[in-house]
Amino acid sequence: MRHHSLLLLTTAITTGALTLSACGSRDDKGSDSDDGGKKTTVTIGLDAPLTGDLSALGQGIKNSAHLAITNANKNKEVPGVTFEFSPLDDQAQPTSGQQNTTKLAGDKNVVGIVGPLNSSVAQSMQQVAQANNVALISPANTTPDLTQGKDWKENNRKRQFSTYFRTATTDEVQGAFGGQYAYEHIKAKTVYVIDDQKTYGVGLAAAFSAKFTALGGKIVGTEHVNPEDRDFKAIVSKAKSTNPDLIFYGGEYPAAAPLSQQLKDGGLKAPLMGGDGMYSGDYITLNKKSAGDYATSVGKPVEQLDSAKKFIADYKAAGYKDRYEAYGGSTYDATWAIIQAVKAVVSENGGKLPTDARAKVVQALNKVSFDGVTGRVSFDQYGDTTNTMITAYQVDATAWKARHSAEYKR
Amino acid sequence: MHELPQQLANGLILGAMYGLIAIGYTMVYGIVQLINFAHGEIFMVGGFGALTAHLILPAGTGLLLALPLMILGGILAAVAVGVAAERFAYRPLRNAPRLAPLITAIGLSIALQQAIWKWYPDAKKARVFPQFKGDSIEILGATVQRGEIFLLVAAPLCMLALGLFVARTRTGRGMQATAQDPDTARLMGINTDRIIVIAFAIGAAFAAIAAVAHGLKYGQVDFRMGFITGLKAFTAAVLGGIGNIYGAMLGGVVLGVAEALATGYIEEIPGMTQFGGGSWKDVWAFVLLILVLLLRPQGLLGERVADRA
Repeated sequence: MRHHSLLLLTTAITTGALTLSACGSRDDKGSDSDDGGKKTTVTIGLDAPLTGDLSALGQGIKNSAHLAITNANKNKEVPGVTFEFSPLDDQAQPTSGQQNTTKLAGDKNVVGIVGPLNSSVAQSMQQVAQANNVALISPANTTPDLTQGKDWKENNRKRQFSTYFRTATTDEVQGAFGGQYAYEHIKAKTVYVIDDQKTYGVGLAAAFSAKFTALGGKIVGTEHVNPEDRDFKAIVSKAKSTNPDLIFYGGEYPAAAPLSQQLKDGGLKAPLMGGDGMYSGDYITLNKKSAGDYATSVGKPVEQLDSAKKFIADYKAAGYKDRYEAYGGSTYDATWAIIQAVKAVVSENGGKLPTDARAKVVQALNKVSFDGVTGRVSFDQYGDTTNTMITAYQVDATAWKARHSAEYKR
Repeated sequence: MHELPQQLANGLILGAMYGLIAIGYTMVYGIVQLINFAHGEIFMVGGFGALTAHLILPAGTGLLLALPLMILGGILAAVAVGVAAERFAYRPLRNAPRLAPLITAIGLSIALQQAIWKWYPDAKKARVFPQFKGDSIEILGATVQRGEIFLLVAAPLCMLALGLFVARTRTGRGMQATAQDPDTARLMGINTDRIIVIAFAIGAAFAAIAAVAHGLKYGQVDFRMGFITGLKAFTAAVLGGIGNIYGAMLGGVVLGVAEALATGYIEEIPGMTQFGGGSWKDVWAFVLLILVLLLRPQGLLGERVADRA
């Protein structure tokens, strides 16, 4: 034998390390333009997966935030203050998210950050945002732990970070709504539950299961997959033998699409149900057998809201290449919340941006209240949105159709 | 052991795909003792080549009609990249220390991923790959998807053709000779440079066929699909005995079946419930690899190579 084993070992280790290091940030656009003089310029940062599997959702987030900033500048929402936009790509990786936060926090002009999409990324960003006292508002994070701490299940809730807010409601609400919808509307009695082992997927599946069993439903099997997996046939065969009425997936559409297709190819008649991570147009394009599948998503469908009409029209007029997707409305609201907070801070300070603008913006966010795209926008004592509206959708041939919307009460 | 035929079929199909890719690792290793870590990306490029061929064809062309052209497109793209990699990245380093070509291979792998990410239209997320319409088919108590039949036909055909090629043709025998002893082979008048290029080309062509199968099976291709699949195929090559083409296919099938059975049945063993299921399948696949390597360091079909170094 020559150095086979050594060679194999080195290759294995190197490639392993590579997966971590190959995901630095790519878009670098410095934005330090002071017109000098009267006009103050502040920057709103953004962190979302702009490339990779989840880029459909990420691009929608970026465009919607951009739209809010453009509107604020156009209408002179905050007199004397011009907003700039600094979007960064996290590729859904916690390490990249943290680097992006550090970078944005290092820029004195940044008054707040919109994002991220993934709860697992948020976990790595919260500390950095807190240490720099910069507001972080996610339009999409739904894991309860992020705001209420890990003991929320025992009703021992405690705010985790004073700088973290979100305009998306939690998995506790969304999962429970899903469980109730599955039992009462889909009339499922038995469910097979699958999650992708990520913060979001596990939390959502747990909340769903808790509510579904509390109502009298039965979980006939559970399974965990890796988020990068695309072959689920072995799991399909297992699920088939339990013959469930419904399959629930806690995870995102890149894996959910092939999972759903393989379930149906494997002879299961039961539909797949998931949360907002599955509620994307790409779920349907990637999955020829998506008809009949369900997903819940936060808020009312923006198409049905009077308050969203302007947003949709503006989004169309701006001519963005990608759809606004699941989080367009909540992103617009998150960005608008920062803009409103800056407005409050500036007007309190006699029309000028104070020197400790970041801290003031964080305080102002707790008091923010306005009618946004998704409804009334304000934050509770944990930093969560006070809007607990959830909607269940079903794939009807080629598009998601809203089936049922309701406010969910804890 | 319910659903056993189905789980075996799942494993066999997945394993045949691993095996087709593993051929590329094993042939290149057998001849130049290089682990071509960019092979997973050559597989990925093959998938995009096939997709390109499909996009060029007029919309509405039947998939059966388009399939040969898609395979051709995939093979062209993959072989072009594979041969270029050999010529410009590996040949200049043939006499360099062993770590140099290895690191080059890893670099090439990242470069290819990023090139597709950057320049292939809309490849920043998964792209939809055409699939056969219609329901799945029952064979011997197992449900098989239509797209998977392509793999079940293509994999044995490819193996048969390769086996005949290596055993019967002049070039094939030249390959065996180069694998045994490159210096003597050169003295005997074999153009070893040409042999090495052919090995890369065959490996790339097989990877492209696997990529078409991957696309038909999962309905998508994306720029990162080569990494995990390539790693699994490499494992299959080592499991079967790196350097042996039949070993690569056997290793692939063993690995695929092991994954399917681990997902399906480990948790039914009393006391092992928490170690079963989809999240643990890779762990069990690698446990199997370690066991095989402990008992048979040369792999399932590998020959015990006399020490040459």
